[in-house]
Amino acid sequence: MSKPLKQIHLAAHFPGVNNTTVWSDPEAGSHIEFSSFAHFAKTAERAKFDFLFLAEGLRLREQGGKIYDLDVVGRPDTFTVLAALAAVTEHLGLTGTINSTFNEPYEVARQFASLDHLSGGRSAWNVVTSWDAFTGENFRRGGFLPQEERYSRAKEFLATTQELFDSWHGDEILADQESGVFLRDAKAGSFVHTGQHFDIHGRFNVPRSPQGRPVVFQAGDSEEGREFAASGADAIFSRYATLKEGQAFYTDVKNRLAKYGRRHDQLLILPAASFALADTDAEAEELARIVRRQQVSGATALKHLEFVWNRDLSSYDPEGPLPDIDPDVSDNHISKGRAQVRMYRDPLATAREWRELAAANNWSIRDLVIHTGNRQNFIGSPETIARTINEYVQADASDGFILVPHITPTGLDAFADKVVPLLQEQGVFRTEYEGPTLRHHLGLAHPDDVQDEQRVAS
Amino acid sequence: MSPSSSSSSALSSLHLAVALDGTGWHPASWREPEARPRDLLTAGYWADLVAEAERGLLDFVTIEDGLGPQSSHFLDPDERTDQVRGRLDAVLIASRIAPLTRHIGLVPTVVATHTEPFHISKAVATLDYVSTGRAGLRVQITARPNEAAHFGRRSIPPIEGYDSPVVTDLFDEAADYVEAVRRLWDSWEDDAEIRDAATGRFIDRDKLHYIDFEGKHFSVKGPSITPRPPQGQPLVTALGHQTVPYRLIARQADVGYVTPHDTDQARAIVAEIRAEQETAGRSDELLHVFGDLVVFLDDDPAEAAARRDRLDALAGEPYQSDARIFTGSPSQLADLLREFQAAGLTGFRLRPAVLGHDLPAITRGLVPELQRRGAFRTAYEADTLRGLLGLGRPANRYAAA
Repeated sequence: MSKPLKQIHLAAHFPGVNNTTVWSDPEAGSHIEFSSFAHFAKTAERAKFDFLFLAEGLRLREQGGKIYDLDVVGRPDTFTVLAALAAVTEHLGLTGTINSTFNEPYEVARQFASLDHLSGGRSAWNVVTSWDAFTGENFRRGGFLPQEERYSRAKEFLATTQELFDSWHGDEILADQESGVFLRDAKAGSFVHTGQHFDIHGRFNVPRSPQGRPVVFQAGDSEEGREFAASGADAIFSRYATLKEGQAFYTDVKNRLAKYGRRHDQLLILPAASFALADTDAEAEELARIVRRQQVSGATALKHLEFVWNRDLSSYDPEGPLPDIDPDVSDNHISKGRAQVRMYRDPLATAREWRELAAANNWSIRDLVIHTGNRQNFIGSPETIARTINEYVQADASDGFILVPHITPTGLDAFADKVVPLLQEQGVFRTEYEGPTLRHHLGLAHPDDVQDEQRVAS
Repeated sequence: MSPSSSSSSALSSLHLAVALDGTGWHPASWREPEARPRDLLTAGYWADLVAEAERGLLDFVTIEDGLGPQSSHFLDPDERTDQVRGRLDAVLIASRIAPLTRHIGLVPTVVATHTEPFHISKAVATLDYVSTGRAGLRVQITARPNEAAHFGRRSIPPIEGYDSPVVTDLFDEAADYVEAVRRLWDSWEDDAEIRDAATGRFIDRDKLHYIDFEGKHFSVKGPSITPRPPQGQPLVTALGHQTVPYRLIARQADVGYVTPHDTDQARAIVAEIRAEQETAGRSDELLHVFGDLVVFLDDDPAEAAARRDRLDALAGEPYQSDARIFTGSPSQLADLLREFQAAGLTGFRLRPAVLGHDLPAITRGLVPELQRRGAFRTAYEADTLRGLLGLGRPANRYAAA
């Protein structure tokens, strides 16, 4: 018996503030003008993508005590751009990363409920946490949160916003001009939340939005992050886009759902995926190689090595050999405001391994960084990429992908024009949007229906 | 030229803004046939209102907001079911409308008391990008204990009136808030993005600046994550009724809204704000003082009065406001605005009693009447909100001269 084909979910990640994004290419446009966001969103909607994804930053990254200047720097406010994009698109989901540490539930709930109303039910929230005092310096509380409490606060934050979303049921506004009754319920929006992190009460002032609650994404990969996602997220923005790793992650997370009374189809796994697309596989390989060199300039290679060495390496030649000295393993890290530093848990071992690799292959610093960095996840002709994506999804390495183009804002155009039609021909990707809301696109039930279902089941 | 010196000779054009709130400022406005009370939570409702305002060549719209449900009480929530309750975030409404309009300024209310200056600064900077230079903010405080409880971060003791020291402190915090927001807008110099392929640098980091703001209630390091917005400094506006908020207006605003009930009051208020402006060392800067008026507008003044009576009857009590309530024809309103203008006001923020009725009465009745008198623009003359208000693009406080 053959399994029915899974439908693929596709999303577009606006090129980010990191070295995946190539700003030096002649085709690269503005990262801040609204026209770039509008172009990108319209391309995604033309291709019938599920949603657009916007990341967030709350402190400019620094290295060696100075603002990091080699990548794209600067981005707009997430909510504000998404609300404006709702005006230039009709169906596309609008997913924004919003930090749960440097915000308060009442305000974030108002903003997401407002965005959901203003977009006719297309909002989604990628819940992230942070704890560092570095970012905290931009906010009222400073770096107030011990690292070990970040997930407990994020969980309570999410639960609290959901109580706020649920404080209106959707039928309170009568607005009967004849009788003069505007509200059916004098106490609509009432809430009380008492917990470890939040002790708030009163009345929420945004009535129930079209999706009830925004779709919730989770992005962390730790044990706690996986559990957090299984307990309450609708989708995971994951890192594992290779087949084997993807399958392992997929199985692990989906198997955690049962203990929360949730089914496999109530949590989507959507890894980030970069791509190099050209007319032929050979041309795509060549393009991939060129893009990797664009992504890792000599200056970028040195800075990347500094994450591991934790030292100022500016006197080294990026086209020359790796440093002989060992990494500084003290706690005070040279890089601030980025997650990447935590990837190298044993810098001494990494340095040793890299020196051996470079020596064996006769690699310069820049060559080493290019070769040890991430290759594009999908490289090939439209046929190759369409086939690979479909294979991965049907093999349960994911439920789809969040594509990360390297050029702003046109990096998605060729994918939309050439790869999407092939997926549609194979019957694994929609040719028209089937409903108005992001929940429709993702096949997720409205929260009211989920609650009804659970009531019936119990 | 300072606007305060222009009151004697021939009057120049005046500026007009409209304050959007629900279905209008009269609490029974939602019951009028033109009101659309079931559409208040839709983008289309707001898009239609702002399109109408833009058709009338108005300088800008403000959008009311609050961190709790609307209430008929001064400080406490109510449990009324006969008035509009519930609203959307004003910054997001403004942003949703921005791509649909081309000329009109968009000025959402932001509440300084429980929110983060860092977030608001980048939100309004982004509104300026999505509107290509038409963004502003109206800064507001809240002394409502119930709204403090929505955040649970601090409690605000009950106050008797706006002369309480609690309120003074909230306004001082708002002034700090605007200072931090403004510094963040300047924290990137205009030419900070260099894309220098030779050195691999995207920005010249010497043109990014820590703002190092430290105040009594918060500190903010900076720089912003959002580059300097198109206007450099989006418009800052505030409403005031007495000395403490006048001081905030004089220290930090580009436009202050005030509520004189006659021309003598207008003269006195303008004089007080100009004195505070001088104390703040801003006497060489253009600071607009707009009069706020609630308007019931009909070609036949008797009809406007009858409409007001009908709405008061529906509400069960006469409508009261901090601002003067005008009831009459566009021509009478034009007369009044010119009198106030002669007393030193440079523009007006009109609060339509019923948006569905009184906004079109402004754009199709009052505006042509003012145009006939040479008192209002006949076409948009600038691409940015600052430009419409005669405000230049300010130099960056951090840029080396």
